[in-house]
Amino acid sequence: MSNHDTHSAEHHHEDVIAEIKKVTIILSVLTIVELILGFWMIGIESQGMRLAIKGAIVILMMAKAFYIVAYFMHLKHEIKNLIMTIVVPLALFIWFIIAFLSDGNSFRNLRNNYDRHFKEQSTIKVEEKHHGAAEKHEATEKHEAAH
Amino acid sequence: MSNVTTASSEAKWWNGGKSPFDVEYGKVMMWYFLMSDAFTFGAFLISYGTVRFSTNGWPDPNKVFKSFPFAPEGVNAPLVFVSIMTFILIVSSVTMVLAVHAGKMMDKKGVVRNMIWTIIGGIAFLSCQAWEWNHLHHEGAWWGLNPFNNADGTASSTNFTNFFFTITGFHGFHVFSGVVINIIMLIMTLMNKFEERGHYLMIEKAGLYWHFVDLVWVFVFTCFYLL
Repeated sequence: MSNHDTHSAEHHHEDVIAEIKKVTIILSVLTIVELILGFWMIGIESQGMRLAIKGAIVILMMAKAFYIVAYFMHLKHEIKNLIMTIVVPLALFIWFIIAFLSDGNSFRNLRNNYDRHFKEQSTIKVEEKHHGAAEKHEATEKHEAAH
Repeated sequence: MSNVTTASSEAKWWNGGKSPFDVEYGKVMMWYFLMSDAFTFGAFLISYGTVRFSTNGWPDPNKVFKSFPFAPEGVNAPLVFVSIMTFILIVSSVTMVLAVHAGKMMDKKGVVRNMIWTIIGGIAFLSCQAWEWNHLHHEGAWWGLNPFNNADGTASSTNFTNFFFTITGFHGFHVFSGVVINIIMLIMTLMNKFEERGHYLMIEKAGLYWHFVDLVWVFVFTCFYLL
């Protein structure tokens, strides 16, 4: 092996290790930020604020997925057709998610409008169940004035 | 037809002697399998989202998942234990990348060392998940049993626990099979199988599977614990 070969092989080796370190740090930072957002959300009551934080968490999650697939699974360095074979069907997921979540939401609205029992169930508070004790749990239902 | 090289790049790929995508057959097949598995997990997680969106109330994950091993009774530490689990899996993914890289450099010792760390990480994750399941079960949670009320104080259904145990169970099973595969890879490495072959491509394929397992956990942990 000529000196030039070993030099470029070592150089390549160092580049790869550097890239792995970089991606590891990025993934760790993304995870830590996600966790900070999760902790922050614990104290937040406002539904609008919670939704915004959840949106941010989803975006961070997508970024993590990108880094794992592109660098750890090496997809970024493969040829374009293989990349598209993976990415295009996964793009269908976006449609999949939007369609099903909006479907679920619509189902909830319809049930609230047309199923009185379903809607009432959401107003009846029950007593906190006692965890970790025997199987018997007493739940006394208290009726609250319907809206 | 003459053998004159044409200007079209198609001749390059379709004249034979090249593997599709310029990638080893086994690797393409692993990618295809991972796509199918991605849709399976995607279907599970999306059905979880759909059911959750279609109900008025849902338990608050920060009230359900708030303990960790050796903690005192009644501790309130949401997100702590699952963070540890997530980092264990990320680190094991990094050691797997290092194992694959060592394989590319034909560095058998490096492969062995990093595969051992990856296996340890996998076993550690499984142990954590087993603890979580056992802890929740002791609180009365299981398929068909949900002792946790909704966040708004209303009575909950068993959807929460059914989905939790099913999806984390499926994921845990993938982690387990991944650990088994990694152990087999380690044994094959130690037996010089890959030195004989002249390449460590098998480690690369096992690596793809292991990273997929990590990737699914990113989604599962976000959906159940954060969102």
